[in-house]
Amino acid sequence: MSYHYNTPEDKQAMLAAIGAESVHELFDSIPAELKLGRGLDLPPALSELELDQHLRELASRNTAAGDAICFLGAGSYDHFIPAVVDTIGSRSEFYTSYTPYQAEASQGNLQVMFEYQSLITELTGLDVSNASLYDGASAAAEAVLMAISSTGRFGKVILPESLHPEYRTTIETYLENLATEVVTISTPGGVVDSEVLAEAIDDTTAAFVMQQPNFFGCVEDADEVSKVVHEAGALLIAVFDPVSLGVLKRPGDYGANIAVAEGHTLGTPMSYGGPYLGIMACDISLVRRMPGRIAGRTVDRRGNTCYVLTMQTREQHIRREKATSNVCTNQGLFALRATAYLAQLGPQGLNETANLCLQKSRYAAEQLCGHDRFSLAFDEPTFKEFVIRDAENQVEQLLKAALQRGYLAGLPLGRWYPELADCFLVAVTEKRTKTEIDGLVAALAECNLGRAHKELAV
Amino acid sequence: MRNIRDTQLLCDLSKPGRRAARLPVCDVPEREIADLLPAKAIAQTPPALPEVTEPQIVRHFVNLSTQNMSVDTHFYPLGSCTMKYNPKRNERAAAMPGFADLHPYQPEETIQGMLSLLYEMQEYFQEISGLPACSLQPAAGAHGELTALLVAAAYFKDLGEKRSKVLVPDNAHGTNPASATMAGYQSITVKTTSAGFVDMADFAAKLDDEVAVMMITNPSTLGLFEPHMREIADQVHARGGLIYLDGANMNAILGITRPGDWGADMQHYNPHKTFSGPHGGGGPGAGPICVIEKLAPYLPTPIVRKVESQESKVKSQKKYSNQNLALDPPLLTLDYNLPKSIGRVRSFFGNVGVLVRAYAYIRTHGPDGLREVSENAVLNANYLLSRVKHILPVPQGNRCMHEFVASASTLKKEKGISAMDIAKRLLDYGFHAPTVYFPLTVPEAMMCEPTETESKETLDAFAEVLFRITEEDAELLHDAPHTTSVSRPDEVRAARQPVLTWAALAEAS
Repeated sequence: MSYHYNTPEDKQAMLAAIGAESVHELFDSIPAELKLGRGLDLPPALSELELDQHLRELASRNTAAGDAICFLGAGSYDHFIPAVVDTIGSRSEFYTSYTPYQAEASQGNLQVMFEYQSLITELTGLDVSNASLYDGASAAAEAVLMAISSTGRFGKVILPESLHPEYRTTIETYLENLATEVVTISTPGGVVDSEVLAEAIDDTTAAFVMQQPNFFGCVEDADEVSKVVHEAGALLIAVFDPVSLGVLKRPGDYGANIAVAEGHTLGTPMSYGGPYLGIMACDISLVRRMPGRIAGRTVDRRGNTCYVLTMQTREQHIRREKATSNVCTNQGLFALRATAYLAQLGPQGLNETANLCLQKSRYAAEQLCGHDRFSLAFDEPTFKEFVIRDAENQVEQLLKAALQRGYLAGLPLGRWYPELADCFLVAVTEKRTKTEIDGLVAALAECNLGRAHKELAV
Repeated sequence: MRNIRDTQLLCDLSKPGRRAARLPVCDVPEREIADLLPAKAIAQTPPALPEVTEPQIVRHFVNLSTQNMSVDTHFYPLGSCTMKYNPKRNERAAAMPGFADLHPYQPEETIQGMLSLLYEMQEYFQEISGLPACSLQPAAGAHGELTALLVAAAYFKDLGEKRSKVLVPDNAHGTNPASATMAGYQSITVKTTSAGFVDMADFAAKLDDEVAVMMITNPSTLGLFEPHMREIADQVHARGGLIYLDGANMNAILGITRPGDWGADMQHYNPHKTFSGPHGGGGPGAGPICVIEKLAPYLPTPIVRKVESQESKVKSQKKYSNQNLALDPPLLTLDYNLPKSIGRVRSFFGNVGVLVRAYAYIRTHGPDGLREVSENAVLNANYLLSRVKHILPVPQGNRCMHEFVASASTLKKEKGISAMDIAKRLLDYGFHAPTVYFPLTVPEAMMCEPTETESKETLDAFAEVLFRITEEDAELLHDAPHTTSVSRPDEVRAARQPVLTWAALAEAS
């Protein structure tokens, strides 16, 4: 199996032109003792049909979101993807094209990048956006590096425990060999306590990273946090949920200097965690510190409007070791999908989607808490996720039982928060129906009964 | 036919009251948002997104797509980027609901097929590189570089060694020195000779006990196999340092030679290059890394592992020779228990969708097919070189691996025609330009990588056009391209008076 063209005759003609006896001779520059001298130990080639059958068999050993009903969240969500997004994302003039360094051959991509940047700035209420980064967590780490270099404060950055644990680990990993310390403040009430933050923050603090809504689904007091952060002269980095901005205030509205997000929810499937879309927007004063590609509008030699990659002197291919970041690849295809998604939704659609998430998740929380066994872990308003405490402290068994009934019911939190070992995180998107939510509640509640019956039987 | 009306900006197409999406009616008892959320958290109005209809959206984007060159429409000899054909079966594979609709935090028992695929990918990458441990987590090549350098830093810290430097040859990708800086190292440039190889005297002068890592691209960005590779690795190892292999050019050596066999301790792959993932107009990619055994404890988590039963511990020497993979699948698990791990460099497992495509590609080819990929890539590059060198000088010789770098410097001196002029004029003839002005060590560089998925006829046509262009009038070339809708954008203006959004546009006018 192959995708190459060369017939034996082609090869002979090509070798003759090269002046080589054989294809092997073309590899003579590799010292003989470094050559492999055997075939790779890999499985044999499959025909397309065999490959298809094999992949279907592998896929059948997975339970997809369509097979079980998905209430999992924590940064990856089962939102609806309109058909238009797939149609546009499947245009191979988009997905088989390269980074638009040759502007004349890439006006389609460049205009899409410009429109994506425009939509992200509308969404966030900030001045500028780049054309995307890898994912939400690495975008958060890049934002922290940006804050350190732009403030010149190398002392510390502060993260709350209400920030996604994997985002915190990512930031810690990025900063491990740099001078700046990562300080984590606890959030026992489920949200940032501004007094605790005020205590920790000082004039060596480059930034505070706030997730809104936070990892527990709770809505932070963004205005209050922003005030404390700015009084200390630090930057506020907001990690936001794009869909939530159909209802919640935008990062720019509460004074965030940099806003980052996981953008897969704008039209890209969950795909077991990637590839996703790292969104980053910031205040205009920070744009020259921003990592990643940026498209700009200009004119060509004929005076026609056109688009180019711009401010490239920030980037690694020009500045090498002095670049703002090592980032090269972005997520152009998902920036395209996000652009199509946001156009498809429009202001009304985004508002309705956000409202459905809010209404349905709050309904689900109330229904669950109608059972004595379950309660909300935090007494704070939530958007589309919430933390349920199981009074019986049997989270693993409970979720296992729900899975047997066809529900991916939630995420146990003990792995990251030992004090929340009796808790799990439930996410409800616009896709979940009342029937599904009622089914989930029944499955979890009946599991309770099942256990009680068992005890009686003993 | 170009359609200018429908490719106006979405904000200009917008008209209040138009909409595309209709959401379901809320089927749970609905309450006022003000009753559910604190007033100060609620937005007064939703973001000012455009108001357009679905047919408008489709026309807008489909017409924009025609303003691109792409692998599916044109020859793309873009050096260092391996713009090969993107097989359609790979796209189908990644879109299968059994892969695309998996949540990253599903319980392991619900993702055994996915874990099996990912476990196999770890094994395949290890076998192809000759390095025994793998992390699939990094999201792109540069991300893999950063991850590996952080792994190296954790290793040296564990040894109690203070090493502050990373050596990088001057013809390396810009990501190498940038990654070194991000990982907290000082990047030290090592010169290359006029022949395109590491300058061994400069290398020896710069190698000391402070050097943590030497990053090397082999085959190099000039498309040459580094003749001193083993010697460089031995010398770095003798001083306690590590070798990092920038794997951007793996398309030249699949099944022929392995980085682990010539002393590389770490490497990344670009599955979107070597293993045919589409480039998506700039991404997504993926950047899995492989490392030697002593660095394995520092890799990011999780790693996919087999839960070995007693029987399966009796291993045959070859893993795949006489075995049907589908039979009796073993239990697979995610291992988070690496106490010395650097942590993680992103959320969730990795760029799985890209890895699924790479898996489909590797399974399509098998061991012989992968070797043939490299053989044909190198044959095509050498053939194109044999034709181009009569038109433009190729300073680094008569032979190459998967790519070569021609120079327009003579043409520039004699006729005032630059590499950029040629690149732009090629667009008029329906060819994407080669990579220009990289590597920085070759003046007026034009880096050509034809890949294995082009025909002799296409390469001949490209060489003929290149020749024709060099015979053309310099003035004509300075203004090229002539047939595209846009020609020679004013990049200085774009950078000095940045207009990066609709809002900025409205302000400017």
